Amino acid sequence: MVLLTLLAAITIGIVRLRNLFAVVVLGGIYSFLMASVMIVLDAVDVAMTEASVGAGISTVLMLGVLSLTKTQETEPVHTPLLPVFVAVATGAVLVFGTFALPPFGAADTPVNLHVAPYYLENSIRDTLVPNVVTSVLASYRGFDTLGEVVVVFTAGIAVLMLLKGKRDIKPGPKRRRVHR
Amino acid sequence: MILAAASLAVLVALALGVIRALRGPTVFDRVLAANAIGTGAIMLLALIGFLTGRPEFLDIGILYALLNIIGTLAVLKFFRYGDLSHPGGEEPAES
Repeated sequence: MVLLTLLAAITIGIVRLRNLFAVVVLGGIYSFLMASVMIVLDAVDVAMTEASVGAGISTVLMLGVLSLTKTQETEPVHTPLLPVFVAVATGAVLVFGTFALPPFGAADTPVNLHVAPYYLENSIRDTLVPNVVTSVLASYRGFDTLGEVVVVFTAGIAVLMLLKGKRDIKPGPKRRRVHR
Repeated sequence: MILAAASLAVLVALALGVIRALRGPTVFDRVLAANAIGTGAIMLLALIGFLTGRPEFLDIGILYALLNIIGTLAVLKFFRYGDLSHPGGEEPAES
């Protein structure tokens, strides 16, 4: 509960600040707090992903973006009433949707009755992998994971092509040439 | 018991760090607060690991420490040189 309050405080700070550099730093703080919430919820793998991607990689990537643009956000030209309404309405619909969910950790939900017992029973015999999460991701849902890897790989290639083309045409104003 | 008390203390420390990050007048205050919050998150991770009887959370804590160092170094390098691909060295940024 304390962590969620701190998360809300950080979010309001991100919205209110106009200095984008400070916003990037606050984003890193947000990721660390979010990872702590994940740990409290006993989802250590999600927490590790959140910490590495949110606090590590995306901070560095955001700083790279800031070196290509300005670090001060301009004042908005229109009133934020309509975006506030859309955000509040979406949040209300999502909260309304959680009322239909089963309680946290319930063992008699369809998710836990369909194939999860089979995985837990036969994971060792089928795949010889001691970690059930790993065996589900890499063996039972291997094609799914392969598709995800293909998507991520394609996105990486596209980003590399975009950055390379941009740098050949017009180097940034503050960027110095680095000779290797 | 002592672990729960320590967890509460770490939570209070996290709250203080968040307050400093939100109110900090300069960017350096915020960077320092971010570093302190990262350290607090590591402490909280270790304490929760021992509270729930799984000390292997410590390995994940070490990973967090490495990430924290990388993030802080990237922020400080950007602040000094204005560019992440700068080769470094002693010359200050002109800005």
